[in-house]
Amino acid sequence: MVTGDSRLSVIVVAPLVGALASFVIGRQAPRLAGAIASLAVAVSLAVTVALFQALSVTGEFSATLSSWISAGQFALPLDLLFDKLSAVMCLVVTGVGLLIHLYSVGYMADDPGRVRFFAYLNLFIFSMLVLVLGRSLPVIFIGWEGVGLCSYLLIGFWFTNTEFARAGRKAFVMNRIGDLGFLVAMAVLYTACGTLDIVELRKAEVLERLPADLGFLAGLALFFAATGKSAQIPLFTWLPDAMAGPTPVSALIHAATMVTAGVYLMGRMSGVVELDPLVPAIVLWVALATAIVAATTALAQNDIKKVLAYSTVSQLGFMFLAVGVGAYGVAIFHVVTHAFFKACLFLSAGSVIHGCHHEQDMRRMGGLWRMMPLTCAAYGVATLAIAGIWPFAGYFSKHGILAAISGSHNPFLFEYVSLIGVLATAVAVCTALYMARSFILTFLGSYRGEGRPHEAPAIMTLPVLVLAVLSIVGGAYLDGSLVEYLQGPLPALSGHEHESQGVVGHLLGSLPGMLGAGAALVLFLYMTGVKDLLRKVGWPLEKLFAGRYFVDEVLDSAVVRPIDGLSQVAYRSLDRGILEGSGSGIGVVSRAVGELSRRMTSGQVATYLLAMLVAVSVLFVIFVQVR
Amino acid sequence: MASMVGYLGLSLLLFVIGAIGVCIRRNAIVVFMCIEMMLNAVNLSFVTFSKLNGNLDGQIAVFFVMVIAAAEAAVGLAIILAVFRSVASVETSDAAELKW
Repeated sequence: MVTGDSRLSVIVVAPLVGALASFVIGRQAPRLAGAIASLAVAVSLAVTVALFQALSVTGEFSATLSSWISAGQFALPLDLLFDKLSAVMCLVVTGVGLLIHLYSVGYMADDPGRVRFFAYLNLFIFSMLVLVLGRSLPVIFIGWEGVGLCSYLLIGFWFTNTEFARAGRKAFVMNRIGDLGFLVAMAVLYTACGTLDIVELRKAEVLERLPADLGFLAGLALFFAATGKSAQIPLFTWLPDAMAGPTPVSALIHAATMVTAGVYLMGRMSGVVELDPLVPAIVLWVALATAIVAATTALAQNDIKKVLAYSTVSQLGFMFLAVGVGAYGVAIFHVVTHAFFKACLFLSAGSVIHGCHHEQDMRRMGGLWRMMPLTCAAYGVATLAIAGIWPFAGYFSKHGILAAISGSHNPFLFEYVSLIGVLATAVAVCTALYMARSFILTFLGSYRGEGRPHEAPAIMTLPVLVLAVLSIVGGAYLDGSLVEYLQGPLPALSGHEHESQGVVGHLLGSLPGMLGAGAALVLFLYMTGVKDLLRKVGWPLEKLFAGRYFVDEVLDSAVVRPIDGLSQVAYRSLDRGILEGSGSGIGVVSRAVGELSRRMTSGQVATYLLAMLVAVSVLFVIFVQVR
Repeated sequence: MASMVGYLGLSLLLFVIGAIGVCIRRNAIVVFMCIEMMLNAVNLSFVTFSKLNGNLDGQIAVFFVMVIAAAEAAVGLAIILAVFRSVASVETSDAAELKW
């Protein structure tokens, strides 16, 4: 059945088997579910590492799992491709995934639904691996839908809470809207180019078959698909609501892996995206707007997970900034470092929530460094990393993005390069500000909550510390080399040479981060009077930020309610009126006929005999007449 | 020929009386007797036509009818007995279980 390299199929199949096994075995022995699920991901990780090492020797691997659709000329096999880009994505998914699985064993230890949880989590890893390993767009689409489904299942994991179930549904519906873009892009590419194979779609002679207007449409549709999955304007409001899920889910799906699928898609389809320079320009402006909106919203949130959620949206905006200026390698670099520090932040936040007896409001935390020093250290390191302070991981990728913006050659952006640079730097300052704020509110000062917080068990702190170490060294280690490594599957960055800087240059580069963090220290720790003054001056702004720019409300009244009203009308007139009417109408008529005809069976033999006599006479007359 | 009309008229009369009796009487035994009367009315017309045509076909048919009627009488009386045992009556209106 499997042709090509069978090891490749092991990567994908292991989590699927793990999902089934943890569900089946877990029903008998719930303790084993976490172990089985983690083992499955570990197998995937091990095979990925082995293939990754073989990659530099043998080149790309590909495998065909089986045939999916085969009809005449049209054939659609389940093809997998393991090239440098999918290798990097696979390493992130399985590596960070394994750490989060281990963490979940501790976090979900007392949850009655943990068997279901681990089965879903493994199913997610499977879908995500299909997404990054798929060789043709329809196969990628399977993974794309699969991760959406798992995201829905895991956001609404505690489905007895109506609010959480609603959040899951919202995420699913918004993702589906984005999926429309994916379908449109596939339809356009197939009709114009005659293939959906990503290797074919990279070739110039195949892309030449796309007319200019269709090329623009395909690029834009792909980006629209990415806005759904990667939470960009206008489809970003589901991500903050997705925090209803268990915290490991937020770390894995809504920070490290699934939401970066859009960036991955852009990178994979870079040839199509770049066909019309207007598309990258649109990507860039949308990304910039998203980054600004999300970063400022994060400033006014009090729920620790909401801050991280908006931060994720903002960082995704940063990744799309890099996509917009054609620096796909840098975008993937930021995906990787972001996976490290954001997973670390979410898991630390999970430990805090776990330790504070499911308290998520930062106003009722504080002073936690005394009770949970390890978690505090990890959160602190990750905060420095996301703030973009040298030598932590985030500095390198963020600096790469800012450098790539100044090297942009897009004719639609050329005039605005400095403006974009300034705004992006402002977002970087803002990032440091809100992250430092969350750190200060949570860990410094004095404890404002009730009960006694406690440090998390070792199975939870260990993965967090590993991620913290990666957040420290990951950026410096991968800086430059990753972008260079990815130049095969991704277009080379034109006009931007990676220059090495001295320590002074690095410190200068971390200035935005230090500025923001310093401002947060001043505002929230030492001079709270200044904060109150600012609050008075910027009151309307704070209302705007705290209200999340009222995007939900606008979407609600502009889209949701009209559709809701329309469906009500359709429900009343079409469903209850015509469909249900015709259905019960048939019933009413046949009942009436039955009511009438049942009178015929009176039970009186005499009546039957009379009827028989009359009928025979009539038949006799007819028979004689016809003769 | 004219006497033939008399036989046929009698046959018709007997048949109609029997048919009406079947339809309006409630007593199962009387209904049964009426059926017998209708059979015999038919027998009479068979015999009449046999005489008219000058062959024995009609009379042979009458023998069959009489044989069947004898068998039918046995079955019919047995049914009436069975009905009487279950509803303690020979009125057909009392045996009216099979209705809506």
